[in-house]
Amino acid sequence: MSASVAPSPSVGHPIGLLAELTHRCPLACPYCSNPLALEGREGELDTSAWKRVFTEAAKLGILQVHLSGGEPAARRDLVELVAHCASVGLYTNLITSGIGVTEKLINQLADAGLDHVQLSIQDSEPGSADKIAGYKGAFAKKQAVAGWIKAADFPLTVNAVMHRANIARSAAMVELAVALGASRVEIAHTQYYGWALPNRAALMPTRAETEAAVADVEGLRKRYAGDIVIDLVIPDYHANYPKACMGGWAKQFINVTPSGKVLPCHASETIPGLEFWNVKDHGLDDIWHGSPAFSIYRGTDWMAEPCRSCERREIDFGGCRCQAFALTGDASATDPACYKSPYHARMTEIADADSSGQPVDYIYRRLPANAL
Amino acid sequence: MTEMDAETLTFVPKFPRGVRLKHDEARQEWVLLAPERLIKCDPIAAAVLQLCDGKRSLSDIITALAEQYKADPGVIGRDVLALLNGLKEKKMVQL
Repeated sequence: MSASVAPSPSVGHPIGLLAELTHRCPLACPYCSNPLALEGREGELDTSAWKRVFTEAAKLGILQVHLSGGEPAARRDLVELVAHCASVGLYTNLITSGIGVTEKLINQLADAGLDHVQLSIQDSEPGSADKIAGYKGAFAKKQAVAGWIKAADFPLTVNAVMHRANIARSAAMVELAVALGASRVEIAHTQYYGWALPNRAALMPTRAETEAAVADVEGLRKRYAGDIVIDLVIPDYHANYPKACMGGWAKQFINVTPSGKVLPCHASETIPGLEFWNVKDHGLDDIWHGSPAFSIYRGTDWMAEPCRSCERREIDFGGCRCQAFALTGDASATDPACYKSPYHARMTEIADADSSGQPVDYIYRRLPANAL
Repeated sequence: MTEMDAETLTFVPKFPRGVRLKHDEARQEWVLLAPERLIKCDPIAAAVLQLCDGKRSLSDIITALAEQYKADPGVIGRDVLALLNGLKEKKMVQL
């Protein structure tokens, strides 16, 4: 299984690299996309290893680097890493919760050549936002951070993950993003991977709530055209077609975990039996072309019916492999978000059952105290 | 701004912070990078955007391109304005 596969001429260049610099984070959002088995500080790549990864990424054709986590500001070398990315010509995007970010850090990042900041906001209502984040005062802190980001003249994206507790305020989240001076807002309906999957019964909104939220946001799209770009991450469990997950498996994106494992997407470790390579053992170019985890679902040859003969196979690439595995037990199955999947009705039943049950407490996302 | 009047010609197009024009060595083409966006430039767009250095006015850019391509400045002007107006709507150029 570990033999290197000869580079296929059909493999193009990746566009984006998601660098999960750390899993440490002050917040405890119950829908966190990080894996349930979080990496502690001890296992994190050091500064020189990350620099080598970014240099190799630029050579491989990566254009944009998304510095994420956990909370990337928990890394003391964040400014140094941004400066390095800029020096090798990479466009840098900081994906932050804002917690632990100071005005001084924002200005240092501006000087280092950071291009863009994405700030998460949990709700437009402060009390609810702090409860979702599991962190008192988070909402107020984020307002201040947004001000520093704008004062430094960064373009700002507000990321809002929507679920049962805040979905009624989807339009208010767009309004808040406009008020904070964001040029882009992501209204991201919860994706049920990572911590969101065990929290699904606490997070799932009803179909009626979901449809109302999508309609509200679509209405605002016209009103704010030219002021803010609204991007919608679709609610899979209430969809008829799957999303084009990652723009196709191993087609555009590379994800590097805090310990250096290289994944085709951040959730792919949930699929059993995949062999991931690590930047400590392999160059990024070798991994992109030869890692078994990248090759296995690349392109369309792996597809079974109904994907194989579907006219949308090059549009949505069969949807999400991790969701297919989570709901059908077969990672090569059609994503059940697709109406052609034999599991599609089952997905709707799950959504209906989860959204109509009694309120459930969150399982908050936390690292063991000794790993901080 | 759709008319190529005297005032328009004095405008100096530039990229806002967070938008960068870059020559992509791996794919041998020019790309315009923006937050979660990437636009591949055709050769004409690449020629126009390379001149958007925050110093040259529209008039300077049109003159330079008309000379380089031995083309009618009126035609070039319309193409340049159409391109930059489209990018302005996407917040990828300031005019």
